[in-house]
Amino acid sequence: MAFEKYDFTPLTQSIHQGLSENLSPLLTTIIEWTIIGVLYLLFIAVFGLLLVYAERKVCAFFQQRLGPMRVGPWGLIQTIADFIKLLMKELITPKSVDKFLYNLAPFIVIIVPFLTISVIPFAPGLQALDFDIGIFFVTAVSSVGVIGVLLAGWASNNKYSLIGGMRSGAQIVSYELSVGMSLITMVIMAGTMQVSEIVELQRGGWFLFKGHIPAVIAFFVFVVAGTAETNRGPFDLAEAESELTAGFHTEYSGIKFAFFFLAEYINLFIVAAMATIVFLGGWMPFHFGGFESFNTIMDYIPGLVWFFMKVFAIIFLIMWFKWTFPRLRIDQILTLEWKYLLPINLFNILLMATMVLLGWHW
Amino acid sequence: MAEIIEKIITTDEIKTDEYLVNMGPQHPSTHGVLRLLLKLEGEIVHNVEPHVGYIHSGIEKMTEALSYPQIPHLTDRMDYLSSHMNNEAVSLLVENALQVEVPERVKYIRTIFDELQRLASHQLWWCASGMDLGALTAFFYGLRDREDILDIFEETCGARLTLNYSVPGGVMFDIHPNFQRKVKAFIKKFRKILPEYDKLLTGNIIFQNRTRGVGILTKEDAIAYGVTGPTGRASGFSCDVRKHHPYSAYPYIKFDEKLGSDGDSFMRWKLRMDEMWESLNIIEQLIDNIPEGDYAVKMKGVIKLPEGEYYQRVETARGEFGVYVVSDGKKNPYRVKFRSPGFSNLFAINHIAKGWKIADLVAIMATFDLVIPDIDR
Amino acid sequence: MTNEQLIEQLTSANPIADVKQGIQYPEITVSFNTLHAFMQNLKSDSNLAFDYLVCQSGVDYPTYMQVVYHLESTLHKHFLIVKVNTENRETPALDTVTDIWPTAEFHEREIYDLLGVKFNNHPDLRRLFLDDTWGFPLRKDYKDDIHVVER
Repeated sequence: MAFEKYDFTPLTQSIHQGLSENLSPLLTTIIEWTIIGVLYLLFIAVFGLLLVYAERKVCAFFQQRLGPMRVGPWGLIQTIADFIKLLMKELITPKSVDKFLYNLAPFIVIIVPFLTISVIPFAPGLQALDFDIGIFFVTAVSSVGVIGVLLAGWASNNKYSLIGGMRSGAQIVSYELSVGMSLITMVIMAGTMQVSEIVELQRGGWFLFKGHIPAVIAFFVFVVAGTAETNRGPFDLAEAESELTAGFHTEYSGIKFAFFFLAEYINLFIVAAMATIVFLGGWMPFHFGGFESFNTIMDYIPGLVWFFMKVFAIIFLIMWFKWTFPRLRIDQILTLEWKYLLPINLFNILLMATMVLLGWHW
Repeated sequence: MAEIIEKIITTDEIKTDEYLVNMGPQHPSTHGVLRLLLKLEGEIVHNVEPHVGYIHSGIEKMTEALSYPQIPHLTDRMDYLSSHMNNEAVSLLVENALQVEVPERVKYIRTIFDELQRLASHQLWWCASGMDLGALTAFFYGLRDREDILDIFEETCGARLTLNYSVPGGVMFDIHPNFQRKVKAFIKKFRKILPEYDKLLTGNIIFQNRTRGVGILTKEDAIAYGVTGPTGRASGFSCDVRKHHPYSAYPYIKFDEKLGSDGDSFMRWKLRMDEMWESLNIIEQLIDNIPEGDYAVKMKGVIKLPEGEYYQRVETARGEFGVYVVSDGKKNPYRVKFRSPGFSNLFAINHIAKGWKIADLVAIMATFDLVIPDIDR
Repeated sequence: MTNEQLIEQLTSANPIADVKQGIQYPEITVSFNTLHAFMQNLKSDSNLAFDYLVCQSGVDYPTYMQVVYHLESTLHKHFLIVKVNTENRETPALDTVTDIWPTAEFHEREIYDLLGVKFNNHPDLRRLFLDDTWGFPLRKDYKDDIHVVER
């Protein structure tokens, strides 16, 4: 397969070899952690900025205008300028907030994307943590984010924030069920929770096509529930500008607000990345059953490029939702989850299990 | 034990606290400086108390020191989205009181401007309401199309919003030579764009869930609270002044008065969209037939209305606008009262918003289409 | 009903009230102590059926205050102007018509705010636009050096 030359495993192995030969095991581990940590920090920072820029451009595209154009060529430096501005802003802390919780909330919210991003395989061999309950780890850790949101709403000592935080908390907790269950549907098909295994199994074709009906249903449910998880799109009642000013992060300014903002975009990336891994093959190129020549051509594009193409396609889709639809009311959001998505999910799991048992998939 | 337990408290007596939230004067969706004091229990609204007066400018008092030709220029600022209709109300009142007959050309021009401004006002309502409900893209689409109308206004009147165009006796300037051509081009373009608005929002299931059945205003309540305009017509209250007491060129044209029956937010929305279609039809009937003639009649230098009282009503984009003048024969009026549609419409909200959630209150406010300077004057 | 028929019916029902044809619509002036009963009758009488209070305004005259009601019937499509004068200008007070037409609640608050006319039995007579320490701006004798420029 041609993509072996894009495999990052030799690179990471050689670094590991080089370090462990010359240094003690403890020091090797520490240095490796530091390298990974710094790389992920850089990635998140840069990707966050890129996503904010992409959102503004996509939004402008839907609204028939151009978006940022002046700061840098095609407005590329706009987000950097915005973040420098946010960093320089005064951190206004209202007098009667619960100081410890108020300061803790943004940190909890930003930790979640860091944790989940460690199990995502960007390319063959480029994955920080690869244990055999990878999918389970992602669903478990992403639930921690709701604590940050609730804390922010409560500690702000502001009725609007409290309403926003409560709404958001209810919404996130509900939609985690749907997200988890649609991932489980695909785990049933794959037979393993290990993320790299799931990607490998899609070598003969992506799960979306292999699993036809239940996989497509699970994909739709996952994308809808994923946008609701990240408080985006038609489900952004918690931060609805036209109703409650800014919801649970009204009282935050400067870098703390930047944390919430950044966390929302990285969560968007996580949702899109999980969708790509589980439904669209991760870094696996588009292979078609037995057409070897076609597959070889597809393999010439590196896995890293495939991964990001797919992630951007899903992110574009999710952004499209936000700029087209009006907002749902909180009780409609919860109705959608508990009365519609949950039964569909349960039925879908049953369907997928039956299919796997009878071997009715490719 | 009997002495200690005085009575058994049932759950009815343990009331959860209601709390007061201010949808303050600065709020993205109250469309102006309006303060709504909400008494909430969780998400449910128990009471809405509007506090107005943040933009009260004392226009009625000011008119007591002005002469009659000066008054129309103040009326622009009240309901600025229907400024020409406000101007027209005062001009018609003075003309009818002095029994001055304006040329036909003036009547046609005034009506065309009325309908163009109604279109512009409804477009702004559509885009702002879409934004309130969360469809942020709607804002840009509506404003982009509204620019054409505003350019037409600017060519003839010099202003885009507060037109200052009708005065007692006629209009201030003749229409620009490009006027007819541009209006016809605009109508053609807008007929294709209006179905897009419907596709974007009116047919969307999320939108329908937000507005169907929300905030029902019955016909009796509409009449009792004096709610006019598209808001009142959606409840079945037939109150279109253009039909019942026609003025200017309205007697010469045929158009339908659209009435709804449900009185919910969706009906109010749909009715305004239908009114936009009707306005297009009206303009089409008039634009080709503008008679030649003067654009104003020469009025006396100092206008004095005969002693007595006069009441003139017009149909603005929001409802019935009335001007009541008490004259004592001098050149300044003794008392001018403006009956603004927003004033009556606003206070019906408390009645219909009880029991709904905050998000529904936003939907109700959006479909009521209030302009706050109209309320405060 | 046409204006003449309206005037006829009202004159026969209220011999002491002053009914006449104004410049546009019939006008009737009633006294303040029969105001409420008269208004109730205007709404409940099926020939009159004035269910739509179009406008309620206050006017300041040298010796009294006047409140003018513009009424319309959505059923019969006739229009009537009702005027009532207060007893004096120092303590102007009238009966409220809020229980007959709910929209009057806010029109009366506005008249109280700008002119100082109190309405008896009003459910919530507070000032509407201005704060409690302000005078009554629409009165002819309102003097305010800061906000009003007099030539």
